[in-house]
Amino acid sequence: MSRLTTASVPTVRRSARPGVPLRRIGRVLTGLWLPVLLLVLWWVLSARSTSPFFPPLSDILGETWNQWVVFGAWQNAVSSLRNLLLGYVLGAAIGIVGGSLLWRLRLLRTAANPLIYFLYVLPAPALLPAMIAIFGIGDLRQIALISFGAIWPTLLNTLDGMRGIDTVKFDTARALRLSSWRSYFTLVLPGAGPQIAAGLRASLTVGIILMVISEMVAARSGIGYFILQSQAEFAIKKMWTGIIVLALIGTLLNYLFVFVERLVLRWYYRSRALGGS
Amino acid sequence: MSIPVTTQTVLAVEDLRKIYNEGTDAANMAIDSVSFSVEKGEFVCIVGPSGAGKTTLLRCISGLAAPSSGSVTFEGKRLTDVPAQLGLVFQDYSRSLYPWYTNGRNVALPLAARGVPKGERAARVAEVLGNVGLGHVEKKYPWELSGGMQQRVAIARALSYRPELLLMDEPFASVDAQTRFDLEDLILKVRTELGITVVLVTHDIDEAIYLSDRIVVLSKNPSVVKEVVPVSLGESRDQVETRSSPEFLELRNHLLSLVMPHA
Ligand SMILES: Nc1ncnc2c1ncn2[C@@H]1O[C@H](COP(=O)(O)OP(=O)(O)OP(=O)(O)O)[C@@H](O)[C@H]1O
Ligand SMILES: [Mg+2]
Repeated sequence: MSRLTTASVPTVRRSARPGVPLRRIGRVLTGLWLPVLLLVLWWVLSARSTSPFFPPLSDILGETWNQWVVFGAWQNAVSSLRNLLLGYVLGAAIGIVGGSLLWRLRLLRTAANPLIYFLYVLPAPALLPAMIAIFGIGDLRQIALISFGAIWPTLLNTLDGMRGIDTVKFDTARALRLSSWRSYFTLVLPGAGPQIAAGLRASLTVGIILMVISEMVAARSGIGYFILQSQAEFAIKKMWTGIIVLALIGTLLNYLFVFVERLVLRWYYRSRALGGS
Repeated sequence: MSIPVTTQTVLAVEDLRKIYNEGTDAANMAIDSVSFSVEKGEFVCIVGPSGAGKTTLLRCISGLAAPSSGSVTFEGKRLTDVPAQLGLVFQDYSRSLYPWYTNGRNVALPLAARGVPKGERAARVAEVLGNVGLGHVEKKYPWELSGGMQQRVAIARALSYRPELLLMDEPFASVDAQTRFDLEDLILKVRTELGITVVLVTHDIDEAIYLSDRIVVLSKNPSVVKEVVPVSLGESRDQVETRSSPEFLELRNHLLSLVMPHA
């Protein structure tokens, strides 16, 4: 199982040393030129558009302010984010704990292996009808679906990362007489850290997708609900505002993730930058 | 000779045999039969050609691996796990140090595991890093140091809990010659200062003679003990003088003829 990463994740740059803020700004700018160019193109090319499906970007942005701030559609974003957060945290926790258990208990691993890969390849949205049947239509169902999807990338990467730790490091732990729990927290978790982070990141992407999908089926709130509802009312401009808000939230969450990852795995990125192990 | 005469056996290896994958088609005898003992305060080197089973032997006498037959006794008790009073330095420092912790934290790990209180831990870490001449790297990470310095951190970590016996597996194999001499002298110094017993595995005959009180010579795989050679070069040793003394050269010839019977 290789690392699960997604193309939509912003690439991370090495943190600049103090004293060279100019270089840092330069790096941020080089990372931004393409999105900015595309936005400018969109703005210019759509400026005189009369097509009802592609309204001018300037109109969409104005409408976004109206809909989401003035008319109170932000409540949809709040309910989406709350479900995402709860579902993601639950799924990620189950993934890390489950992955650790599978790593530790070989018997469980061999027994559970086929089942896990079966669940992993099963498209989570296919479970939506079942989830509705079990949890009814409401936030609980949304949270359950998001958790379910978020479990697998984290679980598989956790297991894989833990199995990939150098055996000499385990010999060392025994020689230093670290207890099982101590070596779990000082060796196993940090050692698998980079790969667990890759899994968590993939889980986040899956979680966002499932958040939108679950809101598009038999829901009464959320960004996905807003987008689908607008389209059903032929309010195309309004629909576009939902997509823009979604894109913004997705980007922000990814950047937030990368920021936290960089802090927690500072040793990893710095040692790699030095060409170390 | 001011080495204490109260001889007391720290480590006794009797008729040790190790067969990997025993009972399968892939069975591989790494060690046939090895017996030797180490007295308190002694410095014993184990030399043998590459692939002789040196690492295997060290894993067995440290309690990391179980022998197929024979026994290992540490301070009168038969080994079942790694004893608390044993320090271990591995061949490859980059694989045995934990890169996610600073050097100070790496050295503190075995102390925390032994329940040493936090304040005392910090003092001991500083002290033992000072012993190996690395007082200034506590807050740095292992991968920020040179290879020789990393191995010194690994040695400091093994010394931090004041073991009775220090076992080292080719600890200086992957550093340059100059650093190697420095580390050899460092380990001799530390050994006298702390009064510990050392067993060091190497494939370098000169290194073995320079460091040892006694040398256990292994045959090639599957290994048996060819001979145990006593080294009477006295207590103080010097890289230039000792290595050019007639006793040293004589021992060197003898050992060479042992490991290379056709030379
Ligand atoms: N885990 C293992 N499983 C099976 N065979 C092994 C294992 N480890 C070592 N061996 C075999 O045991 C023999 C001795 O290996 P060992 O690593 O102990 O030698 P060594 O003297 O330390 O070599 P080097 O000088 O290269 O470090 C070799 O034939 C090796 O293939
Ligand atoms: Mg070896």
